[in-house]
Amino acid sequence: MMRMKSTDYKALSVSIVLLLIAICLPWIVGDFALTLAVNMAMFTVLATSWALFSGPTHYISLATAAFFGLGAYTMGLGVDHLPFWLLVILAGLFGAIMAGIIGLATLRLSGVYFVIFTLGLAEMTRQIITYIQNATGQKGILISIWFEESTFYWMLVALAALIFLVGWLIGRSRLGFALRIIGDDEEVARHSGINTALSKVLLFMIPGSVAAMSGAIIAPRYGYIEPLIAFTPMLSFQVVIMALLGGTGRLWGPLAGVIPFSILWELISASFPNQTTLLLGLSFLIIVYLLPQGFVGLLLKIRAKIGDGRGY
Amino acid sequence: MSDHRTVLSLQGVTKRFGGLIAVNDLDFDVAEHEVLGLIGPNGSGKSTTMNLISGALSVSEGEIALRGQVISDLPPHKIARRGVARTFQLVRMLPSMSVMENVMAGGVFGHRRRWGRDAERQVMKMLELVGLDRRANARPSELTYIDTKRVELARVLVGDPKVLLLDEWLAGLNPTELEEGIALVKQLRDEGRTIVLVEHVMDAIRSLCDRCVVMSSGQKIAEGATEQVLSDPEVIRAYLGEDDA
Ligand SMILES: Nc1ncnc2c1ncn2[C@@H]1O[C@H](COP(=O)(O)OP(=O)(O)OP(=O)(O)O)[C@@H](O)[C@H]1O
Ligand SMILES: [Mg+2]
Repeated sequence: MMRMKSTDYKALSVSIVLLLIAICLPWIVGDFALTLAVNMAMFTVLATSWALFSGPTHYISLATAAFFGLGAYTMGLGVDHLPFWLLVILAGLFGAIMAGIIGLATLRLSGVYFVIFTLGLAEMTRQIITYIQNATGQKGILISIWFEESTFYWMLVALAALIFLVGWLIGRSRLGFALRIIGDDEEVARHSGINTALSKVLLFMIPGSVAAMSGAIIAPRYGYIEPLIAFTPMLSFQVVIMALLGGTGRLWGPLAGVIPFSILWELISASFPNQTTLLLGLSFLIIVYLLPQGFVGLLLKIRAKIGDGRGY
Repeated sequence: MSDHRTVLSLQGVTKRFGGLIAVNDLDFDVAEHEVLGLIGPNGSGKSTTMNLISGALSVSEGEIALRGQVISDLPPHKIARRGVARTFQLVRMLPSMSVMENVMAGGVFGHRRRWGRDAERQVMKMLELVGLDRRANARPSELTYIDTKRVELARVLVGDPKVLLLDEWLAGLNPTELEEGIALVKQLRDEGRTIVLVEHVMDAIRSLCDRCVVMSSGQKIAEGATEQVLSDPEVIRAYLGEDDA
């Protein structure tokens, strides 16, 4: 479990090649594709970190928008006073703290209550910010810095690479093993000596922190943020759908959902701008019915079938 | 008895579920290297007692101590780390994991905290002990019932616990399997493990338990050497009061 196996080296070299290709993308593709690629990179970051927690524990978090918005507002409020990079790190810290508090309050609850709570929390955060802004007579915040599209892209790719590294390390760690046990049977986990509450809270801080960092990084791209942009509930649902479409059983699973879904989403919002929510819900149903384990599950099933055919 | 060191001791342990008193003022000690049978008719409070010891339930009154240190106020994971390992009356497998990982789960976070090669080696040793070393990569869904019980036993053994709580580990086995099962627990006893055994199968109780504590309606009605306790008229009455002896 801790040693590098030959499959690890293979996975590592494939990852490095893919990363290099991803890095070179802005020099190869045109403006339109690059815009799509920025979205993909952002959702890769969000969905992969989301799956790090929700994959093994089966807790569905709909709080992504709350963390993302927290990060965006950290950038928006601080950008005139502090350097960009410091704000990204601060956002990550705030996200982790917020996730820690939410985790302590909710992760003792069973899964269903957790879903509702996280959704409610994200909405409440949005309402509070709206209320404060209305009280101070503001509508939103202008963000005075600007980057090239390719810069956004590279920052997000770097963050994605970091998450893959962290995810890979967790997968080989005691914490990763503990979470898989918790996901299978919490009672066995507890009686095996696992502090289940602490493990879950620790892991929940990762998607919280990462979503806040993404929000901070991407905020200048919006130029102007207001609660409905920064805390859009749609974001939380998109992340869940992409992660489930790809499958959470493997680290690369969510990526396999992000790429097709981002393209599909682009088509949907271009052709049916008024039915996006409806189509989002529809695709969610289809995924849950047809691909309960996502592309990962499908692939493993096919591989097992081929394996059987060869008489393994 | 002076050379017998007490490993586990229950004093005045009581558990109420609302109005129901499932365990009532229970006292007993478990000595090192001893196999203590905890027996009694259905619903007499045996599993509840195991749940209290392992921390799955909290005591309403009384104290449970492990080697003199109170554990009854600790959460289950801390009790596990102190060296109390348990099986469940209804077998619990980790369905998404291999047999190997199912067993490893018991040896990474508890009393012994092994990891990596060291953990794998210990897991293989335990799988050999329970006779499953050739199924290390199987999934729980591919195992027979007794093999899942073996996995569970290996899981609790791998952490090298100070006390092993086996709740009807032999239940539901066919006669051949039962024989194998009894032989396996006997082997553990011969290794000098300290075990609390909840059991209904009389053959198993006779051949495995050094001493027995008998419960009825939450109370201890007898305690002593196995043969002596089993011939106690009050014990016989308690069992016959149920309809199966
Ligand atoms: N969580 C609970 N809530 C309420 N009552 C309970 C609970 N657990 C057990 N009981 C009750 O406590 C009593 C003792 O149950 P327990 O499971 O300890 O019996 P047992 O001796 O293990 O029986 P069996 O031999 O059938 O396994 C029963 O009357 C049972 O219904
Ligand atoms: Mg019972």
